[in-house]
Amino acid sequence: MPGLIQRIGDWFDQRLKLSGTIRDVATHQVPTKSASWFYVFGSAALTVFIIQIFTGIMLALIYVPSAGEAWNSLQYLNHTVPLGWYIRALHGWGSNFMVAIVLIHMVQVAMFGAYKFPRELTWIIGVFLLLMTLGMAFTGQVMRFDQDAYWGLGIGASICGRVPLIGAWVVHLLLGGPIIAGDTLSRFFDFHVFVIPGLLIAFVSVHLLMVLKLGINEWPMPGRLVRRSTYVQEYEELAHKDGMPFVPGAVWKDMIFAAFVIFSVMACAAYFGPFGPSGQPDPTIVQTVPKPDFFFQWLYALLAFLPPQMETPALLIGPVVIIGFLICLPFFAGEGEKHWSRRPIAIVTILLTAVALGTLTHLAGYTPWSPIMNAWSQDPVPVQYLTGRSPLERTGAAVFQEKQCRNCHSIGGSGGLRGPALDSVAVRKTHAQLVRQVVQGGGNMPAYGKQLNSAEVDALVSFLDTLHPADQPAARDSARQISSETEHFAVGNSTGEKK
Amino acid sequence: MSEREVSRRQFFVKLGIALNGLAAVALATPIVGYLLAPLIRSQGGRYQKWIDLGELDEFPEGQTRLAKYKNPISNPWDGETDNIPCWVRRVQGEEFQIFAINCAHLGCPVRWFPQSGLFMCPCHGGVYYQDGSRASGPPPRGLFEYTYKVQDGHLMIQGGELPTLSTSASLQKRSDGCQG
Repeated sequence: MPGLIQRIGDWFDQRLKLSGTIRDVATHQVPTKSASWFYVFGSAALTVFIIQIFTGIMLALIYVPSAGEAWNSLQYLNHTVPLGWYIRALHGWGSNFMVAIVLIHMVQVAMFGAYKFPRELTWIIGVFLLLMTLGMAFTGQVMRFDQDAYWGLGIGASICGRVPLIGAWVVHLLLGGPIIAGDTLSRFFDFHVFVIPGLLIAFVSVHLLMVLKLGINEWPMPGRLVRRSTYVQEYEELAHKDGMPFVPGAVWKDMIFAAFVIFSVMACAAYFGPFGPSGQPDPTIVQTVPKPDFFFQWLYALLAFLPPQMETPALLIGPVVIIGFLICLPFFAGEGEKHWSRRPIAIVTILLTAVALGTLTHLAGYTPWSPIMNAWSQDPVPVQYLTGRSPLERTGAAVFQEKQCRNCHSIGGSGGLRGPALDSVAVRKTHAQLVRQVVQGGGNMPAYGKQLNSAEVDALVSFLDTLHPADQPAARDSARQISSETEHFAVGNSTGEKK
Repeated sequence: MSEREVSRRQFFVKLGIALNGLAAVALATPIVGYLLAPLIRSQGGRYQKWIDLGELDEFPEGQTRLAKYKNPISNPWDGETDNIPCWVRRVQGEEFQIFAINCAHLGCPVRWFPQSGLFMCPCHGGVYYQDGSRASGPPPRGLFEYTYKVQDGHLMIQGGELPTLSTSASLQKRSDGCQG
């Protein structure tokens, strides 16, 4: 039997002539210290990409790329097709793992100076691989054709609409027509299933080929500088003097980590299940709070904080600057020190980026900039804010709810976070200041002068006047010479001020 | 002899390159045209049509109501996506303001709150007054407004395009006046 297998193998190799190449790849010398657990993320990214290709092909057996049917076919996958939910979950979690591992891989090679001579092009292709991975994540979110996908496309179109002069053209090309509809899903399907995966396969192949041809980055040592004139020779010496064959010396760590990643994707898929779809993509359902997928939430958060006049420049110039910086990095830092302990600027840049992205993503988790649309009708007024209050003040509490103040202002720990919490607002503002703030707005608050009659303003501000801790008196306007006694005796009895 | 041979072959190689270059241009031109179809179709404002929103009686004076219409350019496979909502405010008589559902910031659907007379956006907290002017938050302008007319007791609007800061020029013109 082994003889037969040998003969079949030989038959093929006589024709394919591949055994030499495979042996060369397997036995090429890698520096011993590079056979490290830090060097497993590239192969792990490739592993997840392969999972994505296969689960994607599986999903395409059922999925209908039509704006009218996509959502239904996802429900069918989730609930009717046996294990359809699991394949969707694998693909969805695989996507998250892929973005995460690609980012980790990128940070690792940046920290280890792997982009320096002669691996500049490997890095640049890697930058494109990152962009394509993000492109897959975004177009994949569109494939899950639900409310979030629909309004996510709306956000994409609105960003394109900010391009000067040709904005309208860009929007129409993005959507494939005047509105988000059938043609939009079809073209995103085209990108998600044909264009980007095809490019990814081509770029990954070149990326891998270059790793083989140029050799894996050596473990950085402080003081061992990269010089264009001597590097190649130094690397060859290192790989042969203190090196070992890739198989089995280094490959076992890649294999064990790849298996760990596959098991993790499967565990997440089985335990957490598939992502969505959320509500059907019907734009007339306006009771929706759209939100992008995890890896785009930092951008969603950033767009809430940029001042309006900076937004268009940041959206249009920002990506060019960031991508341009990443592509140019190996050209202005292509030589010199590779060790992280001697590259403070690189480390600080990576740390600041990570902290910024992490903070923005964290903020997107509870969107403090968004009004809570149903806070006014569902959040109760805390009992202690109502007991012992005058009818006028209680009426004010009702106005407070009725006029949706609660959507942006929390009291008793519930309500919106867009504006300040009002539990101690009376300490900060006098009666007259509160009236002014309510009527004229300002500081990012709408003016309510036209929406409230004077009786409502009176009641509302009387209620707000009662909102201060028991041990802290309400603010008062000393210019008006109101005796502090009156304030102390009756909480909220500031009627004297009003007249 | 050999020199002549080489130059003859080189000539044919050049001819081959030229022929394939010609073929590539001939092949690519219609493909580029096909890819630019959404732009060609949009020329001359052809995405914009007059749309019937219904009888005037459906919109009580002094109120703002959600209206829905089917986008004038649509396909049977669009499903629900070609049903477009908009906010209709009947100021008085035949004076209307018809707002696009899309926030001027990034296109999310704004919601009307009649109690406080505000439109609020769920995405980044854009807020507009009842006349569509910007009240607070990140929007760079007021809500997009449709051009409208009253015809035979019906409210007609001119629409058909997702409004953004650069599409739907006719939507922009009117609302410039009421920016906050």
